[in-house]
Amino acid sequence: MNKSRRNFLVQLGSAALFGAGTAAGIHSLTATSAFGATPTGSPGIPKGTRWGMFVDMARCEAGCSDCITACHTKHNVPDFGNPKDEIKWIWKDSYAKVFPTGSQQFLAQQLADKPVLSLCNHCANPPCVKVCPTQATFKRADGIVEMDFHRCIGCRFCMAACPYGSRSFNWRNPREFLKQVDAEYPTREIGVVEKCNFCSERIGTGRQPACVETCKTQALVFGNLYDKNSEIREKLRTRVTFQRKPELGTEPSVFYAFEAGHV
Amino acid sequence: MFDKALSGGRAYWLWLAFLSVIIALGISGYLRQLEYGLGITGMGRDISWGVYIAQFTFFVGVAASAVMLVLPYYLHDYKKFGRIVVLGEFLAVASVIMCLLFVMADMGKPMRVLNVLLYFTPHSIVPYDIMVLNGYLVLNIVCGWVTLEAERTEVPPPAWVKPLIYLSIPWAVSIHTVTAFLYAGMPGRDLWLTAILAPRFLASAFAAGPALLILLTFLLKRLTGFDSGREAVQKLTTIVLYASLLNFFFVGMEFFTAFYSSIPEHEHSLTYLFFGLEGKSALRPYMWISMVAGVSAIVILLFPRGRNNDRWLMLACALIFLSLWIDKGIGLVIGGFIPNPMGTVVEYTPSVTELTIAGGIWAIGALILTVLYKIAVTIKTQAA
Repeated sequence: MNKSRRNFLVQLGSAALFGAGTAAGIHSLTATSAFGATPTGSPGIPKGTRWGMFVDMARCEAGCSDCITACHTKHNVPDFGNPKDEIKWIWKDSYAKVFPTGSQQFLAQQLADKPVLSLCNHCANPPCVKVCPTQATFKRADGIVEMDFHRCIGCRFCMAACPYGSRSFNWRNPREFLKQVDAEYPTREIGVVEKCNFCSERIGTGRQPACVETCKTQALVFGNLYDKNSEIREKLRTRVTFQRKPELGTEPSVFYAFEAGHV
Repeated sequence: MFDKALSGGRAYWLWLAFLSVIIALGISGYLRQLEYGLGITGMGRDISWGVYIAQFTFFVGVAASAVMLVLPYYLHDYKKFGRIVVLGEFLAVASVIMCLLFVMADMGKPMRVLNVLLYFTPHSIVPYDIMVLNGYLVLNIVCGWVTLEAERTEVPPPAWVKPLIYLSIPWAVSIHTVTAFLYAGMPGRDLWLTAILAPRFLASAFAAGPALLILLTFLLKRLTGFDSGREAVQKLTTIVLYASLLNFFFVGMEFFTAFYSSIPEHEHSLTYLFFGLEGKSALRPYMWISMVAGVSAIVILLFPRGRNNDRWLMLACALIFLSLWIDKGIGLVIGGFIPNPMGTVVEYTPSVTELTIAGGIWAIGALILTVLYKIAVTIKTQAA
């Protein structure tokens, strides 16, 4: 009697645990893989890969634009010389612009003055992917939000949907505005959308993204958010970080730290 | 039946020739846009949809408003609409064609547009909008044409068309609801992120569409002597009045929610549109013209002396149409992009080429409407 009662309680306890685990699993499923699934394993952190970036604004130098130049050169991003037609994959803007819904009053100098890097967040729940009518923009199994320039119809729905202004459109023929062409990455035609691709063409061959590789102060760390032993997870564990507009539920894969960390 | 469109007076042919010139200009503008890219328009990185998508949105509403004739006539057996129900259906046909053309004009890669069907994407709203718009176009062509043909040959309409007519009623609601969903589901675009966007779209549609129809009935009477009937026009006037009241009620709700809650993102677009933001206020005069025109029209229509007088009625309908054309055909779409996601105010002015192309599409709509109305009026006048 006692034994069976004990067994019953044990079973009940494990059932409750199982139930909670399942609930957590379902939550992570709906939260991270509503559109373009990420392989989900045990509750909590899914298995597999989700590429992410850690941006250490304490290390990033205000006057430096090496990462921007490297990215735009390697990806054949044209310079039209006017803001209306501008195409940009990575750029710098003030904290107030990059974090418009963040805390704004009585800002510390290091936030108020310093230009902050802005790029595609490769959201786990990307609104651009949701609205694209042709899957020309899609989320890969490794979390990268990728573009197919040959499928894009140029409806620019993704530009309306992106809450970070990370997408650019080829309003004019980009090839006429390239000073040089890097053969490693395709040039684009009139009428398609483009954006940062986390250097999918480079990480596929085991290299780091161009911006990360170029940064001389190691302000950028790129890695697998689902690998708890990765350098990026180490940074996220030890530093206070922020995602852009977290209230929208897009779950950006780019994390910012503003205060200097312990070495 | 189409032969009726091929015989007309001097004014008829001059009008068609005039429209053809505007269309030709629009086509030449479009060819320039194809060559240069959409950069030839006023659109840019921050305001990535402009006149084309705004006009598309407005004319979806005009198209949907045909239901305001179809529903009372077929569902409530309101016989007085018998003479004009086909005018509503043909207005819907011309409007939907304009919508489709405006969307095509906005595509960066128009030759790839069928990718939407080839790679059907259930989580995007666009394929559904394409389906409901094209379906609505076919429904109105078939229903309008078949009932008119029956009238010409003096036989009752075939039984199979009845279910299609009934289907067109919820279908009209669906086109504007799905069109609202294009906007209302995007995080971070707070002017559009509102549950009453679809109801507001429908209210403005049922005001602007019938207002245009009333003006068209007066025009037809003057040009062809075709009388739509006083009671039918009065009924339409009632519809315009209540739909306008609902529309402005909804606008007021948007203002209350944004400004009483004082949440900055909810306030910003409305502040920009009506008061200006960061010293920029290009759309402010238009929004106030829209507001004053709309409210004046409602005041005119509220008083029997206003709505029962042809001149006042025409003025009120023109004001309502203008008001909602500005509100939905300019303010709503452009305003959604201001400020941009970084909180910066970047303004938009359409280019000459852009307006030429839009003008061409309006002219195509007017041409289709003229031809269809010519056929309808000729048949109805002969039958009577």
